[in-house]
Amino acid sequence: MNKTVNQKAWFLVLPVLILVAFSAVIPLMTVVNYSVQDTFGNNQFFWAGLTWFEDMLHSDRMWNALGRQLMFSAIILAIEVPLGIFVALNMPKKGFWSSFCLVVMSLPLLIPWNVVGTIWQIFGRVDIGLLGYTMDALGFDYNYTQDTFDAWVTVIAMDVWHWTSLVALLAYAGLRSIPDAYYQAAKIDQASRWAVFRYIELPKMAGVLMIAILLRFMDSFMIYTEPFVLTGGGPGNATTFLSIDLVKMALGQFDLGPAAAFSLMYFLVIMVISWVFYTVMTTLDKRDGK
Amino acid sequence: MAKITLENLAHSYLPNPKSEDDFALKELNHDWVDGEAYALLGSSGCGKSTLLNIISGLLIPSQGRVLFDGKDVTTAPTADRNIAQVFQFPVVYDTMSVRQNLAFPLKNRGMEASEIARRVQKVAAMIDMEAQLDHKARGLTADAKQKISLGRGMVREDVNALLFDEPLTVIDPHMKWELRTQLKKLHQDFGHTMIYVTHDQTEALTFADKVVVMFDGRVVQIGSPQELFERPAHTFVGYFIGSPGMNLFDAQIDGNTARVGDATVQLDGAYTAHGKTQLGVRPEFIRLSAGGEGIPATVRRVEDVGRHKIVRLDVAGREINAVATEGEEIPADTNRITFAPGSVNVYADDWRVTPRGTDA
Repeated sequence: MNKTVNQKAWFLVLPVLILVAFSAVIPLMTVVNYSVQDTFGNNQFFWAGLTWFEDMLHSDRMWNALGRQLMFSAIILAIEVPLGIFVALNMPKKGFWSSFCLVVMSLPLLIPWNVVGTIWQIFGRVDIGLLGYTMDALGFDYNYTQDTFDAWVTVIAMDVWHWTSLVALLAYAGLRSIPDAYYQAAKIDQASRWAVFRYIELPKMAGVLMIAILLRFMDSFMIYTEPFVLTGGGPGNATTFLSIDLVKMALGQFDLGPAAAFSLMYFLVIMVISWVFYTVMTTLDKRDGK
Repeated sequence: MAKITLENLAHSYLPNPKSEDDFALKELNHDWVDGEAYALLGSSGCGKSTLLNIISGLLIPSQGRVLFDGKDVTTAPTADRNIAQVFQFPVVYDTMSVRQNLAFPLKNRGMEASEIARRVQKVAAMIDMEAQLDHKARGLTADAKQKISLGRGMVREDVNALLFDEPLTVIDPHMKWELRTQLKKLHQDFGHTMIYVTHDQTEALTFADKVVVMFDGRVVQIGSPQELFERPAHTFVGYFIGSPGMNLFDAQIDGNTARVGDATVQLDGAYTAHGKTQLGVRPEFIRLSAGGEGIPATVRRVEDVGRHKIVRLDVAGREINAVATEGEEIPADTNRITFAPGSVNVYADDWRVTPRGTDA
């Protein structure tokens, strides 16, 4: 086939280019601009070079927030993925109860983030909250506003409550795509329940599980609203994750330079992790195709 | 190895079957003799797979019992029945290598590693996959995967029965022949009871000692390939087995004669038949002649299919087939057909009627 050469066709790309420029490139460049300058107010800026980046790399505060962030993501993945698979395995396969479960499980996914935060904020209160009051009445010394451990447990419980459904629904979809013949063959081969899971269900779910893990990781890595509403990052800095810290720095203290450098490094970390996931997934696909 | 007995067995997929039509498998009693090779033949949706799944325990029948050597296993789980079954579409464990796939049923039964290795090697040779033993199963072609499924079925040597549910559908013709031969050899070597479901009559007739023909959820005939050919118990058997299938003529039966249109046909015995009566004659037993006795017919065309010719005739507006051997002359002015002696079967409402005073 002969390709027609028409350089004017480039104009067709223009709308997209403009859209992306305004929605992503220009705001990002503003951040880049801030990250290499310093200001003392009055809208006067001075060139600062890479000072902010160096500062940030040596800042305990940033490293601590990153550490907490990684720990949070690791914990919720370690709970939500196995729990989601477990729920999916035990859901009814068809009929009314299957639809019922699907609807009930979708409900938490539809609740806005700050509402989720508020629900748990009240739920956990020792004076009026069902959870807090009950725990207190049972003799547990529970107080998420004072105690670091309690705060973490509550934040994690909230995230698990909010997002396990997503993993479960994806895993359920993966399970439903397995033809009956596989289970029948496994019975014929006298495979144990564990072997059926390990050699049939898990490999068939691998694709959707990768997506579930990617989604849950990215979401939890960027989490802001729910812990902010629930604990405000406290007690102290115990639940101050990256986003919360960033907002504190940029809008609370108005340290635009360091905050901009922080954002760029945050962005970089997310890019790198996404790239790793993407690579792993495509390699898996290729191995499937062979 | 075991004798498998089906007692008053029937199955319906509906929770409350009312009429007989609701049953996918109609009531049936049958013994599968230990060590025989059976073919279960019938068109799609006639209940073959249902029957197979009941034997292997993947389905619990809605009525009746399944016995292995007299022991009731009707509700026993599949794993306890020690049955091998191969399905129409290949099932392989994707993440395992070919070797692990073949070893899987043995491993699940806690067999020793050396014994597993020996059997896997043997089965790999049988299905001609020794070179690919260490490949991952997921990347293989459909027929290679199906060979693995077959191999997993054959790797256990002490099974009660081997069930095949149209296993060669996805396999190319050359390999089909080869694998069928291997299955026959396996049967001769180990003497397993084998039940082979198919809708391909050649496959059924070459594989099995006994062929079970099913039609509309019912077993219509069980017999050797020869019996099915010479004495089809139901018009469906006559139509389904043979190429082309049996010819049917509407007839009035009167003792030992039958009237087909204006012609009279002499029967080899006296019959009592009611309902819709028909004569069934295989194309191989129809003789063509010019003039003389017989039923009027006109030749519409002759097809040469190699070893014989198929003559398509028109008898009272109905298409009738006759088979003529290669050297045989077909008279140019053919206008009558007659039947070879002893080749006529009488049917009443599609079921074969035996002559009075005989039991065959």
